[in-house]
Amino acid sequence: MRSLSIYIHIPFCVRKCFYCDFLSGPATDGEMDSYVNLLLREIREQSIFYGDHRVVSIFFGGGTPSLLSSRDTGRILEQIRDGFAVAEDVEITIECNPGTAVAEKLKNYITYGINRLSIGLQSTDDEELARIGRIHDYDSFLETYRLARTAGFDNINIDLMAGLPGQSIASYRKTLERVVGLSPEHISAYSLILEEGTPLYVNRNTYLFPDEDEDREMYELTGTALGEAGFHRYEISNYAREGRECRHNKVYWRRGDYVGFGLGASSMVENVRWKNPDRHSDYAVCVEQMEAHDRDLDSGILIHAAGSKAEQTAHITGTATERGMYIEEGKQAATFAEMLRRTGRCEVQLLTPLEQMEEFMFLGLRLTEGVDLGEFRQYFKKSADEIYRKQIETFTAQGLMERRGDRLRLTPRGVDVSNAVFAAFLF
Amino acid sequence: MDQSKIRNFCIVAHIDHGKSTLADRIIEQTGLLTSREMQAQILDNMELERERGITIKAQTVRIVYQAKDGNEYIFNLIDTPGHVDFNYEVSRSLAACDGAILVVDAAQGIEAQTLANVYLALDHDLDVFPVINKIDLPSADPERVKNEIEDVIGIEAQDAPLISAKNGIGIGEVLEAIVEKIPAPGGSPDNPLQALIFDSVYDSYKGVIVFCRIKEGRVRKGTKIRMMATGATAEVVEVGYFGAGQFIPCDELAAGMVGYLTASIKNVKDTAVGDTVTDVDNPCAEPLPGYKKVNSMVYCGMYPADGAKYPDLRDALEKLKLNDASLNYEPETSIALGFGFRCGFLGLLHLEIIQERLEREYNLDLVTTAPGVIYRVYKTNGEMIELTNPSNLPDPSEIDYMEEPVVSAEIMVTTEFIGPIMQLCQERRGRYISTEYIEASRALLKYDLPLNEIIYDFFDALKSRSRGYASFDYELKGYEQSKLVKLDILINHDEVDALSFIVHADSAYERGRKMCEKLKDEIPRHLFEIPIQAAVGGKIIARETVKAMRKDVLAKCYGGDITRKKKLLEKQKEGKKRMRQVGNVEIPQSAFMSVLKLDDN
Repeated sequence: MRSLSIYIHIPFCVRKCFYCDFLSGPATDGEMDSYVNLLLREIREQSIFYGDHRVVSIFFGGGTPSLLSSRDTGRILEQIRDGFAVAEDVEITIECNPGTAVAEKLKNYITYGINRLSIGLQSTDDEELARIGRIHDYDSFLETYRLARTAGFDNINIDLMAGLPGQSIASYRKTLERVVGLSPEHISAYSLILEEGTPLYVNRNTYLFPDEDEDREMYELTGTALGEAGFHRYEISNYAREGRECRHNKVYWRRGDYVGFGLGASSMVENVRWKNPDRHSDYAVCVEQMEAHDRDLDSGILIHAAGSKAEQTAHITGTATERGMYIEEGKQAATFAEMLRRTGRCEVQLLTPLEQMEEFMFLGLRLTEGVDLGEFRQYFKKSADEIYRKQIETFTAQGLMERRGDRLRLTPRGVDVSNAVFAAFLF
Repeated sequence: MDQSKIRNFCIVAHIDHGKSTLADRIIEQTGLLTSREMQAQILDNMELERERGITIKAQTVRIVYQAKDGNEYIFNLIDTPGHVDFNYEVSRSLAACDGAILVVDAAQGIEAQTLANVYLALDHDLDVFPVINKIDLPSADPERVKNEIEDVIGIEAQDAPLISAKNGIGIGEVLEAIVEKIPAPGGSPDNPLQALIFDSVYDSYKGVIVFCRIKEGRVRKGTKIRMMATGATAEVVEVGYFGAGQFIPCDELAAGMVGYLTASIKNVKDTAVGDTVTDVDNPCAEPLPGYKKVNSMVYCGMYPADGAKYPDLRDALEKLKLNDASLNYEPETSIALGFGFRCGFLGLLHLEIIQERLEREYNLDLVTTAPGVIYRVYKTNGEMIELTNPSNLPDPSEIDYMEEPVVSAEIMVTTEFIGPIMQLCQERRGRYISTEYIEASRALLKYDLPLNEIIYDFFDALKSRSRGYASFDYELKGYEQSKLVKLDILINHDEVDALSFIVHADSAYERGRKMCEKLKDEIPRHLFEIPIQAAVGGKIIARETVKAMRKDVLAKCYGGDITRKKKLLEKQKEGKKRMRQVGNVEIPQSAFMSVLKLDDN
């Protein structure tokens, strides 16, 4: 059995925050209803392909997934348990915003087996929160946090942001101190990125942002303040208490298999990447096509066009020898990709060995532990020193990387300029 | 064809005074064929041609005019390029004519180019008669302009036709004046062939099409010809004249006529403008006067932005050269820019035209180095080299002295701007020659100016300091000794050859400082600090620093959307690819061009 992670995208929120460019927006109850129905159908159709996988993590992301009724959340999890083998110790996370999860909903979550809560706080300064368009203040966060503990959540993440307009080192320090005082198990601390098209970007000249030096100071402050409080940084922006790292998050960086359900959700299974459509109507068509395709497969109509159902499913359920080491050698992978394209999935991509190497490096290096070059050698049958000799030598000499045996990782200075380092690992 | 019924002429004017519009009107109000030819032609065709004749822009065209004296006249209207860069081509076009119409704007009066062009026409012994255009403008003052023409140029203007080319007023008068005032061509068809090449174009089917004026003799299909200067020989395949927008073959071109010939010639460099065509079997005694080899005045390096496109750039230059004998290029290598070409042009406009054509027609992305002129470097060992690429400047210890090209410039300006314009000329190391007052409110300033001071942005500066009123013309005067130095730019302690340029010693500091400031803005921050220095003869005269990049982190990678993240990294990587690597510094293409814009602020 191979491990699989599942991502569920809930593209709804009360109101878009000013910095947000994710796929989400306000919706009516009717719209949410019809979306959940599509989601359930997609999960059902997809489950046939993952007979050989065991689900180790599930993540409800958004948007604001806690906007869904707990009944709908429960139906989704039920549908997953119906079609997939779910591990005993599965990690199930749901994102939630203060003010959207009342006591009863939180209790229901626990009943459904949701065992990790990720609360978007961003800042404890009410003025900073208002400036970026958050719907809550610090007090309502405290209320949600208290309710979550009462409901029984013993694994809580708090999202924070540095580099907010009007934020000072002092106010950020205060945010960190307050959050540490609450003793969550996990903290994600991101630097604000101004994304084109967002209100914050459009009005960027009317705000006073921390300058680059302050921004870096905030980043360093995060590391030291959280470190002193017993958190360790395991990824560029993620901090956890011992044993409380987010399992789901690490799957992305370690290139584990994951499948995303819902609008615009991304997937990667055995070196095939794809995305669901971004538009609701396209997504609806896509789900219908999956169902039609599956019916046609059962009746044998598509056998010649896209390979047999056995071939299509073998790619992800077969053994490693059946699949072949490299994608371009695997006919099944091509068949699988063809099926994805036929059913309206976007950006379907069979990763070549070179692309896999790129990803291995730029994803793995995000982790504090870095990448294991022995694993690289074993997986690609080539030495990373051979392929990335120049990059490794240059960055090591510049103090941006360090190497201990087979472990290669970014230094703190390397983390500061990680994009420049990662870009160099692309072919 | 009765030689006495031919008129070969051109129109000279300052830009925007209505030259093209008048040409259009002349074509419109005449016919394109003689009545004899008309009978032989299908009328439908002719109407089409007539239509084209109206829409077509002025170029070399043969038209037929039914004059008031009852005779039919052949007019050959020869278009002349209107820019100082192409002075030599203009002079050869003028040499193909017997007379010229001078168009002067009734409101603006005489301008610098009016003078330059009319003097050029008079130098070629052309009979010039003026017409006053745009008389329907409210600000028109034809009497004043007539007086100006008589006073300044010294040609009779009292009976000049008063016209509006735009509105078709007075065109008939102009046509009659062409018959009366422009002399019929001389020469005899029985003399040995002597024809002046005034232009040529390359046609992929016919080879080079040579535009020529037959001064003596005759030429027809089968004539064996020789280009007297280039020595190329060929057998004529076709002769003809210029219809509107098309070539119309005929049996023979004889003395006095203007037309074209083709002879399966592969390259325009065999048919140099100004050369004389003669009959191999019955050659003329000597070539027509005035031929000169056109020399490039301005040089720059042109490099493909993408190094892999070098062969494409070479092919494109080869093709352009087929049609443009004044374009010169030779391969060169730059440490910073890789493989490219050092290209020579007649002037900055010519450079811009070529650059634009390479980019538009051949889809090439170019990096162009700062244009420079040809310096003469006299070495201590007595040798002289003509320097077109600053990187090739010999070691200062080997240089005795250097010379730079100087031009005689004439600037026409309204008196209120004399001050600012004189100041501009001083700043550009101009040597004041004289001021002549054309009338109470306008003056002609004469300066000698180093060519390298005017090739970048002099014209723009002139316009901005005179609110658009100044006009400008120049011609090469010669070489003068000058205190020149090579300004080098060092980026992260490495000299960047493509950024070096020659500058007068007195402005080296100022230019160096500006260069460093400009480059500081152009070069993106790296993972390390980058010093940018300007140096003359190894001595640092200016310095700026590009600070090291502090932060470049991607935050969230949402819901496992690795593809989006990778796209961002790829964009970053692509951006780097478009840069040039010097040492371990990546320099964007735009930095190499920024040298051109030093006077922006």
